Amino acid sequence: MILNEEYRLKVGLAEMLKGGVIMDVVTPEQAIIAERAGACAVMALERVPSDIRRDGGVARMSHISLIRGIMEAVSIPVMAKARIGHFVEARVLEALSVDYIDESEVLTPADEENHIDKRDFKVPFVCGARNLGEALRRIGEGAAMIRTKGEAGSGNIVEAVRHMRTIVREMRQLTVLGTEELMAEAKKHQAPFELIEWVAKHGKLPVPNFSAGGVATPADAALVMQLGAEAVFVGSGIFKSENPEVFAKAVVKATTYYKDPVKVMEACEEIGESKAMVGLEISKIAEGELMQTRGW
Amino acid sequence: MAGKTVGVLALQGDYERHVRALESAGAHAVEVRTVSELNAADALVLPGGESTTMLKLLHREGLFEPLKAFGHSKPIFGTCAGAILLATHVTSPEQESLGLMDIGVQRNAYGRQLDSRVVTLPSDLGDLEAVFIRAPIIRSVGPEVKVLATYNNDPVLAEQGRHLVATFHPELTADPRVHAYFLTKL
Repeated sequence: MILNEEYRLKVGLAEMLKGGVIMDVVTPEQAIIAERAGACAVMALERVPSDIRRDGGVARMSHISLIRGIMEAVSIPVMAKARIGHFVEARVLEALSVDYIDESEVLTPADEENHIDKRDFKVPFVCGARNLGEALRRIGEGAAMIRTKGEAGSGNIVEAVRHMRTIVREMRQLTVLGTEELMAEAKKHQAPFELIEWVAKHGKLPVPNFSAGGVATPADAALVMQLGAEAVFVGSGIFKSENPEVFAKAVVKATTYYKDPVKVMEACEEIGESKAMVGLEISKIAEGELMQTRGW
Repeated sequence: MAGKTVGVLALQGDYERHVRALESAGAHAVEVRTVSELNAADALVLPGGESTTMLKLLHREGLFEPLKAFGHSKPIFGTCAGAILLATHVTSPEQESLGLMDIGVQRNAYGRQLDSRVVTLPSDLGDLEAVFIRAPIIRSVGPEVKVLATYNNDPVLAEQGRHLVATFHPELTADPRVHAYFLTKL
């Protein structure tokens, strides 16, 4: 893989977000609350994933006026979502100058076979993955940041944990193999050979590896950080909680101090008695309604 | 410099890249998140990231005043967001800062991510590859500030006594010269 200038800039912004929390917001007012709480970026969208799940129907890119309003309200980076494979939505978001595009399984896919060729965009992309092969396919297409898919809008951390553990384990396994074994690994993971080689040599992804999909409490955020996430996306977890401002602050604190149980305890204490979003048991979600199985 | 420890403020941002850059410049580097970790360091790097996020955490965790006091006796190197924190005056929007370097800084002054860029710059340290990401611009410098490099006539690398700022990210390149230069201040 050639780390050309443009690709370095894309990865560079992801480096700046490390150790931080990226929060889903649906209004400029929420964006301001997120920024005040210490979010390092916001994701502008019309409905948080739990509402998308509840409402059903086709979920698309957000209205331009809404994204623009959020971009004008805050000084931190603003991301927005395009449907999987919908390269025109992505071009529109690029024309709007959003800072990052999430080609996201939270929206209804526009193409069930192909993701966007992201190499040819100037704006960087983040994509979801459940395992190493999926992460490397997206990087091969030009994604400059990977996040676990988890199960968006579920308020249940179990899938994000499964995906992060899978990616980290599969990377670790590659590092102990001989070079002659790597082509078979590329075949097994269905991933570009050069990227398999890169991971085998370095033991990590060539781009930052964040976590998303089910973070609902400060302890959830610290958990995925300890499992190897370099930053945390929180979707419904903030603004579907009883007290978004307090939750937002507490999740930021737990993410920064994820290694320090006393600080994470303080973060949990800051929430007081206010309730986290209501969670869903994954087995109770009908298979056709799972978001993580969208894209490949 | 032997036996000295350089801390990297690790509240948020690309602190890991700074740790690596400092180590490749020959320093012993540690992550700093608490007052006791700060006070154990002989110098400090404020990394790139989001200055608003760092500022909030500095206040909430009671690090703001200790950091200011640290800067009155020990060297600090700030890149991008770190340069914003070290300034005396910050605009777009206005926000509080440590006031340890006599510079006025405008945040996100080149525009959004699409306006980020990599350029080669002549400097007092030789030609440098400068990676600008949603970078600030230094709009004014006080009489005691020495400018070491400019881009489009704006200062991008500058020092004042023991402190150093860069509006770009030397930690994102393989070139350790800027970090090595900072270590000469220890």
